[in-house]
Amino acid sequence: MQEQIKKAVEAFNLIKIYGSGNTQVHALKDVSFSLSQGEVIALLGPSGSGKSTLLTALGLVNPPTSGQVFIGGVQVLDGPKIFVEERSFRRKNIGFVFQKANLIPFLDALENVQLALEINDVSARQARKRAMELLEYLGIAERANNLPTQLSGGQQQRVAVARALANRPNLILADEPTAALDGFQGRKVMELFRKVAHEQRAGVIVVTHDHRSLDVFDRTLQMQDGILQPSQEKEG
Amino acid sequence: MNLALKDIQHNRGRFGLTALGIGMLLMIVMGMGGIYQGLIEEALFLVNRIGADLWVVQRNSRGPFAEVSRIPSNLEDRVKAVPGVLTARRFVSHTIQREHNGNPLRIVVQGLAWPDDKGEWLSLQAGRHINSAHFEMIADQLLGLKLGEKLTLGKDAYTIVGITKGMVGQGGDGIAFFTISDALAIQLDTAAEQSRLEREARGGRISITDLGRFSPELLERAKGPSGGIPTLPIAFVSAVLVQVRPGVDPEAVAQTIRGWKDVSVHTAEEQRELLLKGAVDKSRRQIGLFRTLLVLISAIIMALILYTLTLDKVHDIAMLKLMGARNSVIIGLILQQAILLGAIGYAVAYLLGQELFPKFPRQVIITEEDLIVLGGIVLAISVLSSFLGIWKAMSVQPSDVLS
Ligand SMILES: Nc1ncnc2c1ncn2[C@@H]1O[C@H](COP(=O)(O)OP(=O)(O)OP(=O)(O)O)[C@@H](O)[C@H]1O
Ligand SMILES: [Mg+2]
Repeated sequence: MQEQIKKAVEAFNLIKIYGSGNTQVHALKDVSFSLSQGEVIALLGPSGSGKSTLLTALGLVNPPTSGQVFIGGVQVLDGPKIFVEERSFRRKNIGFVFQKANLIPFLDALENVQLALEINDVSARQARKRAMELLEYLGIAERANNLPTQLSGGQQQRVAVARALANRPNLILADEPTAALDGFQGRKVMELFRKVAHEQRAGVIVVTHDHRSLDVFDRTLQMQDGILQPSQEKEG
Repeated sequence: MNLALKDIQHNRGRFGLTALGIGMLLMIVMGMGGIYQGLIEEALFLVNRIGADLWVVQRNSRGPFAEVSRIPSNLEDRVKAVPGVLTARRFVSHTIQREHNGNPLRIVVQGLAWPDDKGEWLSLQAGRHINSAHFEMIADQLLGLKLGEKLTLGKDAYTIVGITKGMVGQGGDGIAFFTISDALAIQLDTAAEQSRLEREARGGRISITDLGRFSPELLERAKGPSGGIPTLPIAFVSAVLVQVRPGVDPEAVAQTIRGWKDVSVHTAEEQRELLLKGAVDKSRRQIGLFRTLLVLISAIIMALILYTLTLDKVHDIAMLKLMGARNSVIIGLILQQAILLGAIGYAVAYLLGQELFPKFPRQVIITEEDLIVLGGIVLAISVLSSFLGIWKAMSVQPSDVLS
């Protein structure tokens, strides 16, 4: 239970205001929450409620107007101020998955994963080896040498997950990763996130509209008009 | 893993076509330089090949290549008497245009001071040197004449006894070598009727003077060939070429001849300068400017190509930034492709040029120096033109992945 206490991410009083004057949008209104390592949570909420805004703020892509963020115990954000070297911090600590797989089109499945490792200074040999292991772990090793266009949506998404996992990040941020997949494929990807969180001790936040797979998650958070509703423990 | 190469492998056809296009553009840039070098080479060819130390020409004339120069052919003997002179020979050169098999044929008629000069200094592709004082010629293969063929110029037919290669005059026309007397005959070719009328007129002119009335034998002479009349001018040549004795300073010999009131003297170096400054200079600047424009256009086209290549990858670049890739990874991708595009284009230009340039009607000479300079220019173009693409790539935000 020791790991349960160690936090993957902690956010305090996040406020995000887009634009100015009459067109101001309060996308995040005082959001605080924490996520333990090895925990996988679902982030629900209607369109425009601020889910993507929260995710991109945590990922140092779109810093908040105010509030603090700690990742792996290190303070990374205070409002728009970033305390770490953004790119290097991201490649070492954060993995992203989106609705689209966003694979590099001219690299095959293996190379897409390998690239994530190589930009983090892993040697080409080592990177290749680990990339292959990851593809095996996600059950698509046999498609390793296929280009993204030769893979199904679900297969592409699994490669994207493998890529997000490559550098053993503390935090995985997934924004509607299954929206483009059918129910069966979608559920398989959700189960993957659970497996990754539990086996690799990463904190995983998954934004989803798919209520059928909620049983996969440890917790569900509800976003409503820029406010995070109290979390509800999953039964069982 | 090299992203630039992976991308190129994936888009082989497109990249190949682009490189081919750039290559053809660079080939023209290369060819422009080659045409310029060819122009100089052709202009200086005769001066260099003849290898005379001094050119004695008509007073205040810039020499036979720049303008008309006429000096009496016996000047050769006066020059030979100057201390320090090893040899002196007459020089005749003029261009004629005739019909041959229905096509216009431009020939540079070049006189050889036969029998001293039989054309031994010419390297023949076929045939032999000139063996006879008359009616033989050595033609450059550029003229398209065949060995043994007879060509009628003026009143006489000349047999082609030898073929040379690459002997071209200033204008890029092929040179044919004749003995000096033949060359003069071709230059001064007068119709038979004209000679007859001139002899009649001579008789007429002399018969009304006392001299003619009291010396009837003069009337007889007047009806003969002009060479037999001592008071008529002897043949003119364009120049007299001087070779000085080994160890003698050509300038010293030139000083002596400069003292003569009827001629001017140019050293070989001055002759070359006159040639380049005169006829070639404008063409040189013309080509130079054109070449500069082409380099500029190539740079702009390459910049646009690299910019579009980058635009196509904006989403991937955003993803790379989101994943935390360093800028060097992204700049490397664009820069490497730019340099590769330039390098392949350069190779295409070189190879295509090797095939095409020899087929041009005038010489296109690609010097090693030109190749190196162009290589440098291509490298500079590649790097500079990638800046636009790099600037675009740097302005991409990682959050653009979401859009
Ligand atoms: N770049 C921006 N500029 C201005 N307003 C923005 C910007 N991005 C988001 N917003 C606004 O902020 C609010 C929250 O947007 P966000 O994208 O976080 O919602 P979401 O919960 O992810 O919605 P969805 O489920 O449709 O993806 C919305 O009202 C949106 O219009
Ligand atoms: Mg969203």
